[in-house]
Amino acid sequence: MSRPPLLRVRDLQLQYRIRGGTVRAVDGIDFDVGRNEALVILGESGCGKSSLAKALLRVLPRNVHHFGGSVQVDGVETMHYSEELFRREVRWQRISLVMQAAMNALNPVVRVGEQVAEPLRTHLGWSKQVATKRAREAFDLVGVSGDFLERYPFELSGGMRQRVVLAMALVTEPDLVIMDEPTSALDVLTQASIMNRLKRIKRELDTSFILITHDVATSSELADRVALMYAGQIVELADARSFFSDPAHPYSQMLMASVPRLHQRERPEHIPGEPPSLADPPAGCRFADRCPSRFDKCRQAPGMYEPNEGQQVRCWLHAAGGRS
Amino acid sequence: MTAIAANTRATEHTGPVLSVQDLHTWFELRQWGFLRVGSVRAVDGVSFDLKRGESVAFVGESGCGKSSLARTLLGLHRPSHGSVHFEGHSLRDLNAKELKAYRARIGYVQQDPYGALPPFMDIGRILAEPLKVQGVHDRPERERRIEAALEEVRLSPARAYMGKFPHMLSGGQQQRVVIARALVLEPAMLVADEPVSMLDASVRVEILQLLRRIRAEHNLTLVFITHDLSTVRHFTDRIFVMYAGRIVEAAQVDDLLENPQHPYSQALLAALADPDADNALHERAVPGGEAPSLLTPPPGCRFHPRCPHAMAGTCDVEDPPDFEPRPGHYSACWLHR
Ligand SMILES: Nc1ncnc2c1ncn2[C@@H]1O[C@H](COP(=O)(O)OP(=O)(O)OP(=O)(O)O)[C@@H](O)[C@H]1O
Ligand SMILES: Nc1ncnc2c1ncn2[C@@H]1O[C@H](COP(=O)(O)OP(=O)(O)OP(=O)(O)O)[C@@H](O)[C@H]1O
Ligand code: SF4
Ligand code: SF4
Ligand SMILES: [Mg+2]
Ligand SMILES: [Mg+2]
Repeated sequence: MSRPPLLRVRDLQLQYRIRGGTVRAVDGIDFDVGRNEALVILGESGCGKSSLAKALLRVLPRNVHHFGGSVQVDGVETMHYSEELFRREVRWQRISLVMQAAMNALNPVVRVGEQVAEPLRTHLGWSKQVATKRAREAFDLVGVSGDFLERYPFELSGGMRQRVVLAMALVTEPDLVIMDEPTSALDVLTQASIMNRLKRIKRELDTSFILITHDVATSSELADRVALMYAGQIVELADARSFFSDPAHPYSQMLMASVPRLHQRERPEHIPGEPPSLADPPAGCRFADRCPSRFDKCRQAPGMYEPNEGQQVRCWLHAAGGRS
Repeated sequence: MTAIAANTRATEHTGPVLSVQDLHTWFELRQWGFLRVGSVRAVDGVSFDLKRGESVAFVGESGCGKSSLARTLLGLHRPSHGSVHFEGHSLRDLNAKELKAYRARIGYVQQDPYGALPPFMDIGRILAEPLKVQGVHDRPERERRIEAALEEVRLSPARAYMGKFPHMLSGGQQQRVVIARALVLEPAMLVADEPVSMLDASVRVEILQLLRRIRAEHNLTLVFITHDLSTVRHFTDRIFVMYAGRIVEAAQVDDLLENPQHPYSQALLAALADPDADNALHERAVPGGEAPSLLTPPPGCRFHPRCPHAMAGTCDVEDPPDFEPRPGHYSACWLHR
């Protein structure tokens, strides 16, 4: 039998409790991530991308109503791990997470060098000296000079702070780094140079990435495969090449048409309508209200179909038999 | 009634709505709280005029002083030198009460949507606050305006969002609340610092269209700070490119995007990608080095340590003035001499 993928996620669910109901933020997600592979997760605001990241690393808020499914690392199921075991075996060691807006969450009164060395000291029990040496290497990796180890967060610009946060996620040399909107708040030059760094790290250290973003153009800088989320579910999962040039799901097609391009003079299109409430998602296709290709069958929920090798689509048009 | 507050309804003032002359905003840097180490020259000699109803964008690298400029326009920082005139009145001459009236007329979308919302207030209260401060005491009237503002930014149905707390919203939803809060007082000018950075393309286009519509309906003057050069064309008239505390290029938006003149603007545009799987195969060209220190900016042209066209003996010695290489298109670079 072939080696299991680095990460295998099946039927992942995360629901929040709110007044008068529950929010199904992650509603049955399946995907794999291979070694040295970058999976990009795209989707509009509020579709559940950050919730998915939090579910993968079990950084859950207090109002969780239900958390379930399967998360396997190297073929080993981790869902039944105790919090203690998960922290020791998985978080930081194997998978690290750069949270959305993490650069604003650096501790203002601790030097950034110490903050980057912190996971090594608390999670791996390294001595201060060895940890600081490794922190310096991590700074180097993300393109921040070692002189900055001694600085406080407020003494760094936004782009510098974002690199520090990336250094923190890389310092334990995990197999997989999950990054939630790592460059969305940054200017184009800083964004481009961080993406250049990530490409180099992927090439040189064999690291795998899950890059969560709403920024389609930037995501194409790293993507091997793309998963597009809509209302808590994946609606298309495909190779980067086919996704960017020939998307299959009606939502993917409209999303690609809404991406503004630098030299385009016509105003980009937006997708009319709104995503459904995650507190009460419709029984049929979740995109149906906004879909120009909607037909009778769409009143039932479509499954995931595989019209082509390496391309999965949650849409009746791509089921065997198509529109008939 | 104070001059600026009285002007709320009056629009006799005919000159530029906003006039900024040789503006400097420096921050003193001190060690141990008292020893003066130097000044961070965040805004270092910026001048421009805005017409009523005009929409402009400031673009530039992280740390080049965009937010400091915005905050100075809002009266949140005192200029170290130079002046800001709004409708003909200098901000410097306003007393505390007048400054408050001024701020109520300028909507502000601050940069970081996460830090912008008080965590212990629900959305309804967050939006009620500015209305109360400005004396809207009628509760149904407040609620009507809050609902309208939420619906405008497409947080709909508004009722469902009013009872939620910020942590229950996604990043993009929080950003829209911040925009709604800036609009709820129906301002005369809106200063929006990266207002759509957390939003996907479709919602971004929609919000920018919303601002465009409000601008047309209310003759709103818009000042955007953005790094999103690919949408800027559709929502602004002019662009100002900033580098290290200064404006290095200014032009009509189409002319700047199609014919960037300053080497720094050219580098910015070259760093932008359209979505394409091939992007993953190669690294993107970015000028080497970091943005310069604003404590001790480089002599001569501030871009010279990173500029591929730098001319020794000129660029590293003398500060380039503004040239006009194309009609109405200004660029501070010795290449245009
Ligand atoms: N702790 C919580 N309690 C209740 N609802 C929540 C909570 N956290 C998130 N939500 C809701 O769950 C949905 C998904 O949120 P999530 O933060 O995962 O979205 P996202 O895709 O990351 O969006 P963005 O691109 O704006 O960051 C949203 O509707 C949000 O309002
Ligand atoms: N209150 C302050 N005290 C000291 N320095 C400051 C202060 N505010 C800003 N600075 C410094 O002034 C410079 C310009 O900062 P500013 O926030 O205006 O940049 P920006 O262009 O908005 O950057 P970004 O794109 O990262 O938001 C930076 O070097 C910053 O560290
Ligand atoms: S299943 Fe139907 S409604 Fe849903 S995306 Fe496909 S065609 Fe549109
Ligand atoms: S003045 Fe000289 S260094 Fe500055 S941008 Fe022009 S060519 Fe480059
Ligand atoms: Mg998110
Ligand atoms: Mg800023």
